[in-house]
Amino acid sequence: MKKILSALTAVLVAAFSLTACAGGGESSSAASSAAPSSEASSEAAPASSASSEEAKLTGSVNISGSSALQPLVQAAAEQLKAKNPDLAMTVNAGGSGTGLQNVADKTVDIGNSDVFAEEKLDASKASALVDHQVCVVGVAAVANPGTGVTNVKKQQLIDIFTGKIKNWKEVGGKDQAIVIVNRPKSSGTRALFKQFALDGQEEKVGKALTEDNSGTLKQTVAQTPGAIAYLAFSYLNDDTVTALSLDDVKPAYDNIYSGKYPIWGYEHMYTNGEATGTAKAVIDYIKGDDFSSTVTQMGYGLISKMTVKREAPKAKS
Amino acid sequence: MKNFQRRAHAADRTATGVLYAIACLALVLLAAFIGYTFFQGIRVFEPKYLSFGREGIGTQFFNTVYLVFLSLVICLPIGISAGIYMAEYAGNGRLVRFLRTCIETLSSLPSIVVGLFGYLVFLVMTGSHWNLLAGALAVSILNLPQLTRVTEDGIRGVPEDYRQGSYALGATHWQTISKVILPAAMPRVITGIIMAAGRGFGEAAALLFTSGMSSDVNFNNWNPTSITSPLNPLRPADTLAVHIWALKTEGIDPNSGPLSDISSAVLVLMVLVFSMGARLIGRKLEQKKAGNKEQGGR
Amino acid sequence: MSKIEKFRKEYLGRSFVTVMGLFIIFLTLAIGAFLFYKGVATFTVHGHSVGEFLFSADWAPADIGEGGTVGAAYFIVGSILISTLALVIATPFSVATALFMTEISPNLGKKLLQPAVEIFVGIPSVVYGWVGLTVLVPFIARVFSLPYGYSVLAGSIVLSVMIFPTITSVSADAIRNVPIEYTEASYGLGSTRWQLIRKIIFPAALPGILTGVVLGLARAFGEALAVAMVIGKTQAFPSGLLSPATNLTAAITADMGNTTEGSEWNDALWTMALLLLLISFLFIVLIRLAGKIGEDKR
Repeated sequence: MKKILSALTAVLVAAFSLTACAGGGESSSAASSAAPSSEASSEAAPASSASSEEAKLTGSVNISGSSALQPLVQAAAEQLKAKNPDLAMTVNAGGSGTGLQNVADKTVDIGNSDVFAEEKLDASKASALVDHQVCVVGVAAVANPGTGVTNVKKQQLIDIFTGKIKNWKEVGGKDQAIVIVNRPKSSGTRALFKQFALDGQEEKVGKALTEDNSGTLKQTVAQTPGAIAYLAFSYLNDDTVTALSLDDVKPAYDNIYSGKYPIWGYEHMYTNGEATGTAKAVIDYIKGDDFSSTVTQMGYGLISKMTVKREAPKAKS
Repeated sequence: MKNFQRRAHAADRTATGVLYAIACLALVLLAAFIGYTFFQGIRVFEPKYLSFGREGIGTQFFNTVYLVFLSLVICLPIGISAGIYMAEYAGNGRLVRFLRTCIETLSSLPSIVVGLFGYLVFLVMTGSHWNLLAGALAVSILNLPQLTRVTEDGIRGVPEDYRQGSYALGATHWQTISKVILPAAMPRVITGIIMAAGRGFGEAAALLFTSGMSSDVNFNNWNPTSITSPLNPLRPADTLAVHIWALKTEGIDPNSGPLSDISSAVLVLMVLVFSMGARLIGRKLEQKKAGNKEQGGR
Repeated sequence: MSKIEKFRKEYLGRSFVTVMGLFIIFLTLAIGAFLFYKGVATFTVHGHSVGEFLFSADWAPADIGEGGTVGAAYFIVGSILISTLALVIATPFSVATALFMTEISPNLGKKLLQPAVEIFVGIPSVVYGWVGLTVLVPFIARVFSLPYGYSVLAGSIVLSVMIFPTITSVSADAIRNVPIEYTEASYGLGSTRWQLIRKIIFPAALPGILTGVVLGLARAFGEALAVAMVIGKTQAFPSGLLSPATNLTAAITADMGNTTEGSEWNDALWTMALLLLLISFLFIVLIRLAGKIGEDKR
């Protein structure tokens, strides 16, 4: 029994010292893959500070978190890889909580989140993290195309989601029962929607369907007559669902930039301590001008165009 | 008496018919499922989807094979040995029966819980990032209960005469197990192995937390210690099943629909090929090792 | 036999399999203990009562700090209902298929059904879930003219397809393990094939078939990704088979990634995982007990 345990430990130790070698062997500096954010800095720092194209990025960056932000960061990773063949980058989804947890545990270099760290983590953990707001994302109420409704008033939206309005004809649509489809309570998109579309009122439970993720939620709205839900703008890339205007304001980034459309949030990339080295270079690239066309193309909004601002909530302890 | 016989035969015919019908239904269902999956894949097929670049699923294909291989290397020796222990050495006491129930209960663990267990033990406790090995270990944990169970059952199904014959020739208990009983039980064990591999092919939830959801591989780099080498078991890797999950649930690229359909078709094809291959090898082994024509039991 | 020879021929192999067997037991207990440790935090750290968790339907755990409620009754009822129904749907099909492939047509069974069953296992649950979502859910809505097809029924059907291979393959094993003498004796007395199956084979193989049912049930309780897509996950007690419901694995899968370790919410999810384990343990013991009573009666 003891033997097998110690043997296993030995194997594990050997295996993990192997990865440490792997990082060292790959980059010319002493950078180890176990702690790329800190140790790769000596090499990668000139690249970002001088912003010269010649210095190549090396080492590895691991990112996890928000599934809403994942596609964008993945696209950035692919562009960066094309320019820096020795850079190893992985981008995982898994949820904002996972991203924040991972970066606090230091199992990743960057944690992506739809919400401020203070809303998910204890003050002690959150204070160690540094927030990098890389873009904004809008959230739209979406309905099945067959409802005959394209615009709702905010109060109507609140009444629909709190269960007071039960039929589309009450908001000017067909005689069709409303089917509410939610994201899980822990979802960042749901938190945004609740805060800015429903004025903080809790959605009615007990009647509504729930789908875990944007993909299945969109499919559900598309195939269920009378369904209403909410999706990030990045998922509104076809006409299988109808995005509803709010108080006659179309859900579009121009309206978010000007402050007319209220349902939006920052997308955050958190680092544990100040961002350094390769991780900093990656964040800078995503915030940079070269990448802005990709950001808008994929359905996210640029922070540089925002005329309104929001502050982080006070940390709870 | 005549009447009684007639009734018995009528019942026999009816029952046979019903069993035929149900078996056919099962086959039709599977055929429909596989046909649907293939059809969905073929409908959108373009060669670029099979490439190893960013538009293709070549990397995920490689990762899947590698992960299944690693997990089999880990769980086969442990699972089969444990099955032998349970059947041959552990006896049949109350404690063993309790443990057997425990092992069965363990197989009810949601794979996401095994994934989180793996995350905390293999990643956080060792201070490493997502890697293939951690994923293979998590899949092994999922597979071990059933593999142990199947091996134990297979061994118990070997007729007692085999054992008596072996003892009569002066073989020890262990020699009897390794030379006579295990080969005779092999067809069952092979089924267990195929099912274990199948779990590896199809598992997603446990891998999300252990081997990660993306990979960064350079197929010109075959130095197994490099983090971008396909051979490095300590690099992050997404398997086909994980890839399908990510595309279906979070994909916003217009390609993600077709890509996930093709991934599903390829995955089903892989399972098909693996299952037939393992069966073939099993039959060869059986003929060579056991050298007996008839199988245990029926 | 000299000591060294005896060591080589017996003790070496014996100690290896013993160590592996003990390792499995150790692993089982370790995961169980780990789950217990994480799961009791709701009661020990956050100060909720077991009664509140089991019987209250007020589910609103806090993200940070304390002060939420952790009544999980909706999820518990949903899990038990959906899994049991899946078992009720799958078992007759599985047992009939197993009988067909062993007794009626072993040839077809070996060539077609056995590989088919193995392929069922390898199809990723996300593919089952997606087909369920896009084909089965609209189908149920149309057949029963409902506003939507997300329901207990849809979840049970998807789940029954997923546990079908487990029950079938274990049952087939059990039936093959019935000694050939039983068959010969029964035919010798002039019984028809159906009489043989019903009166001899089935009763003799019943303990093994029950094992298959147990394993199927365990799998059903633990399955997450596929079921979550089709049951609608409405937080209410289902009013019938056609109304949506939620279950334990769905909650764990949906929220585990979005909550942080040590928070009341996250710990409540671990408690659900622990409960899942306890429920399957309970069911397994019950089924075993039922099997034993059935055996004693004969």
